[in-house]
Amino acid sequence: MTSTDLPVRTAPTPQTLPPIRELRVRRAARRGQTNLTLGNSRLTRVLALAALTVMAVVWLLPMAWALLTAFKSEADASSPTHWFWPQGGFTLDGFRTVWERGDLPLWMLNSLFISTAVTVITVLVSAMAGYAFSRTRFAGRRWLFLLTVAAVLVPPQILIVPWFRQMLTLNLLDTYAAVILPQTVAPVMVFILKKHFDSLPHELEEAARIDGAGHWRIFWSVLLPLSRPMLAAVAIFVFIGAWNNFLWPFVSTSDPTLMTLPVGITSVKDAYGIQYAQTMASAVLAALPLVVVFMFFQRHIVKSVATTGLGGQ
Amino acid sequence: MSSPHASPHASPRPGAPSVRRSVPPGLLFALPFLILFAMFLLWPLGQGLWMSLTDTSLSVHDPAFIGVDNFTEALQDTEMWRSLGHTVWFTLISTVPLVGVALGLALLVHTGLPGQWVWRLAFFAPYLLPVGVVSLLWLWLYQPDLGLYNHLLGSLGLDQVGWLSDESVAMWAIALTTLWWTVGFNFLLYLAALQSIPDHLYEASAIDGAGAWRRLWSITLPQLSRITVVITVLQILASLKVFDQVYLLTKGGPNGSTRPVVEYIYDVGFTGYRLGYASAISYVFFTLVLVASATQYAALRRREK
Repeated sequence: MTSTDLPVRTAPTPQTLPPIRELRVRRAARRGQTNLTLGNSRLTRVLALAALTVMAVVWLLPMAWALLTAFKSEADASSPTHWFWPQGGFTLDGFRTVWERGDLPLWMLNSLFISTAVTVITVLVSAMAGYAFSRTRFAGRRWLFLLTVAAVLVPPQILIVPWFRQMLTLNLLDTYAAVILPQTVAPVMVFILKKHFDSLPHELEEAARIDGAGHWRIFWSVLLPLSRPMLAAVAIFVFIGAWNNFLWPFVSTSDPTLMTLPVGITSVKDAYGIQYAQTMASAVLAALPLVVVFMFFQRHIVKSVATTGLGGQ
Repeated sequence: MSSPHASPHASPRPGAPSVRRSVPPGLLFALPFLILFAMFLLWPLGQGLWMSLTDTSLSVHDPAFIGVDNFTEALQDTEMWRSLGHTVWFTLISTVPLVGVALGLALLVHTGLPGQWVWRLAFFAPYLLPVGVVSLLWLWLYQPDLGLYNHLLGSLGLDQVGWLSDESVAMWAIALTTLWWTVGFNFLLYLAALQSIPDHLYEASAIDGAGAWRRLWSITLPQLSRITVVITVLQILASLKVFDQVYLLTKGGPNGSTRPVVEYIYDVGFTGYRLGYASAISYVFFTLVLVASATQYAALRRREK
């Protein structure tokens, strides 16, 4: 990739640009920073575009291949000779069969319910704790916050065995509660929100306090509305994490009617046998919700990852 | 929760020193989190440590205290060391491309070439796929006789590859899938960092007549060095925890040649029913994660000085 930039050193910068080209360069500069980072050489820009296109094709190919397979008949999907374009044309049979089995929509609803519950509980509870650590004083506050920060180091994978044991004791295995509750503990989100509240000015809540507002009013009606972008970022991050979580939902559920999407669709992998069109149809349907959401909320999701993904570093 | 009731009582007289009460309002706010934290993190953490000192099993009811027997067994367990080795090896071969490719893609996209929306979608969309979808898709791509990649190799006149069945290839195939699946996350972090580099740095160097290559080396990359350290640290910690895609693509095979330590914990605990021994291995793994974190923290501190 970097070698594509090499010719720039020797390519002279044209002193006078033809008007059309100058315009184009300026437009590109407005879009991003083409001439700031790539210089004015057209060759560099073409090479960069070519490299980007190749990478994008490589990255999109698996998804395109899944889509293509999903719209084939089973015979075409496993045809060793006509492996690319289907001989018998395209069909919706794969999707129909998968949808009519009925478990896929159920797993989607389970995933939606579980991820929403995890998100609501995590964001509310973490925001309240963040407020407590940022804005209030009580005995042991500093110590409890240190403990929370230290807990960021604990990998959830090592808690799988004790969680399982715990749910067995509480008789909660194969319930929504068992899947949801352990996922709601997010020390890193408490840390991020505490730091966020620290960054908000105190003036507004001083005014509210003079008006007689208590902690709950200040938290709920002053600080939370001010924090909407940060709360959205945290919520999106938690939701994607819960939607894609595999290990714990996999260990804590054996009842197919309680499974989440990632667990469910892999549990029937062997049941589909070598029905590749159906398997890909189920994968496409399972992938759809978050990809569609991404298309609509791209900006927010990108921001969420950029702010929350670093874990407050 | 009880916190809403705290509001009418909170500071009855503005400006007055806080009134002594049995439970301070701050604690009430932290309480819901602290309860969940204690129940589902601290307690299980302690419970795991306790279980590692017993012969707790899914099949026998009364666990007996056996001291450090599980740990002495673990230290002599070649399968545990082998799985730890796989985890470390995977971390190495996944972290390097996950940081390098993410940086390359971000640099290319950040140039502001047309089609921003398409590039972001192409590189980030896989990150939004549940691991179940990723594994179904890649099992199909890697399928030996009908999969896309062997078809493509075939049409180039090359030999077929046993992507997931060949011991010398399987881990690389898993790393490749992981790269495709998660590179978008690091890519976005790099993009955000690139956008925060002030324009005037580039403008100044453009006036000085520095070429694009020069600007990349003397402005862009130095400005990205901090975020590169952070991304690498986060990536190493994420890669050490690998389980999902390995389990779903190869179940740790062929012949256990890709089984990471987290899968060994799972196998010992839930297939072998030995929860006590699985807890001991969990703690060995936890130690590895802590050592990795401490090393990285020390390195970061030295850099900042």
